Amino acid sequence: MAAVLPAASLAHRRSRLVRERIIEAILFLAALVSVFTTVGIVYILVKESIVFFRHVPVWQFLTDTQWTPLFDDAHFGIVVLLSGTLTSSMVALAVAIPLGIIIAIYLSEFAPFRLREVAKPFLELLGGVPTIVYGYFALLFVTPLLQRIYPELPGFNLLSAGLVMGIMIIPYVASISEDAMRAVPMSLREGSYAMGATRFQTATRVVVPAAFSGIASAYILGISRAVGETMILAVAAGMQPNLTFNPLEPAATITAFIVQVALGDLPHGSVGYQTIFAAGLTLLVFTLAFNVLGHVLRRRFREAY
Amino acid sequence: MSAPETVVLESGMKQESAAGLKPKAEVADLSFYYGHFRALKDITMPVYEHKVTALIGPSGCGKSTFLRCFNRMHDLYPGNRYEGSILLQPDNADLLARGVDPIEVRMRIGMVFQKPNPFPKSIFENVAYGLRVRGERSRRRIEEKVEQALEGAALLEEVKDRLHQPAFNLSGGQQQRLCIARALATDPELLLFDEPTSALDPIATSSIEELIHDLKQRVTILIVTHNMQQAARVSDFTAYMYLGEMVEFGVTDRLFIKPAKKQTEDYITGRFG
Amino acid sequence: MAVSMQSVKKQVRRRKRWDVIFALVGIVALMIGVLTFVALFAEMAMNGAGRLSVDFFTSFPSRRAGQAGILSAWVGSTLVMLVTAAVAVPLGVASGIYLEEYARKHWLTDLIEINITNLAGVPSIVYGLLALGLFVYQFGLGQSILSAGLTLALLILPVVIVATREAIRAIPQGIREGSYACGATQWQTVRYHILPYSSAGILTGVIIGMARAIGETAPIITIGALTFIAFLPPAPIAAEPPFVSFEWLFSPFTVMPIQMFNWTSRPEAAFHQNAAAAGFVLVVMTLAMNGAAIWLRYRLRRNIKW
Repeated sequence: MAAVLPAASLAHRRSRLVRERIIEAILFLAALVSVFTTVGIVYILVKESIVFFRHVPVWQFLTDTQWTPLFDDAHFGIVVLLSGTLTSSMVALAVAIPLGIIIAIYLSEFAPFRLREVAKPFLELLGGVPTIVYGYFALLFVTPLLQRIYPELPGFNLLSAGLVMGIMIIPYVASISEDAMRAVPMSLREGSYAMGATRFQTATRVVVPAAFSGIASAYILGISRAVGETMILAVAAGMQPNLTFNPLEPAATITAFIVQVALGDLPHGSVGYQTIFAAGLTLLVFTLAFNVLGHVLRRRFREAY
Repeated sequence: MSAPETVVLESGMKQESAAGLKPKAEVADLSFYYGHFRALKDITMPVYEHKVTALIGPSGCGKSTFLRCFNRMHDLYPGNRYEGSILLQPDNADLLARGVDPIEVRMRIGMVFQKPNPFPKSIFENVAYGLRVRGERSRRRIEEKVEQALEGAALLEEVKDRLHQPAFNLSGGQQQRLCIARALATDPELLLFDEPTSALDPIATSSIEELIHDLKQRVTILIVTHNMQQAARVSDFTAYMYLGEMVEFGVTDRLFIKPAKKQTEDYITGRFG
Repeated sequence: MAVSMQSVKKQVRRRKRWDVIFALVGIVALMIGVLTFVALFAEMAMNGAGRLSVDFFTSFPSRRAGQAGILSAWVGSTLVMLVTAAVAVPLGVASGIYLEEYARKHWLTDLIEINITNLAGVPSIVYGLLALGLFVYQFGLGQSILSAGLTLALLILPVVIVATREAIRAIPQGIREGSYACGATQWQTVRYHILPYSSAGILTGVIIGMARAIGETAPIITIGALTFIAFLPPAPIAAEPPFVSFEWLFSPFTVMPIQMFNWTSRPEAAFHQNAAAAGFVLVVMTLAMNGAAIWLRYRLRRNIKW
């Protein structure tokens, strides 16, 4: 039989090509959604913030020491909210960083295989608990517990929230650190053991330094997580703006403030409405900076191995 | 199961043994199991002090496995088992005994790996690692030892003005000499080389071979190589292994010119392998 | 320099002590995590178990703590999850397929990938602001289930995309080549080979994403979900043609985490009990979903031997 393509099948082929192109276009558009999302976020935050900054000069926003946007004598000092965010994050990191790295080193270099197989999924589960549940836990379990030790602790305080937030972040930080350590090649460990080093010496003098930028990226990403956390703080730290660095006091964070305003009545276009976007923009700038730094470090670490 | 024939003690050699050919280590009936798989079968052989002993054989014959028994590297991985003994002189200590901690063994026996594995530290800190790990605090002593070790590895001249730069900046050959210096810094009694030049170019290879020749005056050397010519160039004694068994052991010159066993001869002449 | 085994023994034992100490410290650290989890779970179980009954699941929230239930909350959660899944799964899987099978080295591809990584790190409340400004007001979708579903879909999109990509990457190149060699087009290869073989991995990612979405509170509050809803959204089935109604998409609503938030914020201990009960339900649900995903992943790793 002649092996010439009949005209009909050529037309068939053309329509198939067209179909393939259309499908590819559809898939491409789907992939673009992520770009649209970022564009949307930046657009809406900037748009509303611009309106906000017409009412409130940027200088005032950055330096005022009071935050009372919904009062008649309104003050818009973002520093007040930042102090709450910063303090609670510091408490969280004070918990998450040491525990996170210890757990990561232990799981990567010390734990027997079986234990690792159980501990890793468990940590995943721990990190999957909804944050509102953690918030409840902080308010109604941790705070009363701390009050037994220190009776003057107010019912709302940054300490409980920070501690619980720290525990929530541990799985995240530990998992990234551990991945970084496991990526260190076995040949380096063997070189260390061949020199007569113990497991602890090998882990701390060779593996951790070798995995350093990966571990650093874990912490930076953890900071970003702490800064962006909302519900634990909204529930357990109270929503009263308070310029303080003392974790034993209640305070509002940027995120808790947005929740507080959203719970109330928010006429579209009011100053209150615009304020949350300005606050959100500040939050985004910070978390974005941390995320970019964290990922650059992680990339650089991956290239080394 | 048969004991390998040691062809060492020929008439010519007896004179050398009278002149002080002492074994640094004696392997007796060594078997090794990866799980259920028996990788080494009843190996018995001496490792003479201040001599270079080479282990040759086709891929998979167990020479690296055998080498790694000496510094208990297999203990790092689960499921492995030793049988038999390796006696280290002068105190007749069995390296494979239950009561002996692998770390104790590794403090007396050093290893240089196939692919250079410097730590992500400075050149100085790489060499100083063994000392620091042992708890050496005195800065002066460390500096002394590091210098000596780098000198012994023929690397000092090339790196002496950049000791605190990262070791990664060195070339492949230099990195391997750094690893040798690192092993030398703690004055090991026995130095294990696991195919040390297979990842290096010919010039670097020959400098390492020269180094090995110089080093044997201070330390006993056991080297695994898949390159027969290298074994012939570098070693005093050679052991030919096949499928986990020690087929023949003897003075290098003799073994290569007139091997006692046909198996050895087949390998050496390239009839298989 | 000959040294005897005896002389090094003591030093080695001293150094190895640190191994033991650190191993203990490691276990203690893990225990802190375990204890927290146990305390959390036990607290919720003990406090809330008393309220868990059929009534609890079938009653609306009420000013009287004893009569309050989570009916509107779990129905709302279910409906929102439906929208979320309906949007996130096709978009996420399609994005993943595009990035793995179609995308070439191009700055646009890099841009997309950078975006996905970035979005994964954006705080959830910012998604709420996006929804409030864009979906609720600019697009006019109102403070509705539709807005909430879309928001959460965007939130979990990176999770679904990453899971899809990893599942697709695990498929060996030989399978694709075999398919092309038989004369299949790219889409046919994707449809008949890539998708089926990666579906289990994708499912794992979807479950994890949905588990996350169920527990999200901040973005939904920001949209304006009300915390006291004593009615259900209109049913999707209508009495007259076309027999399907989409009114429920635009209805006000509440979800489980918000209901819990509302009860936790009340000073009365009785409402805290309700909160504990709701929390217990939430934790069990997310645990079950995450557990299912982990188990799926485990089975996947063991079964598929290319």
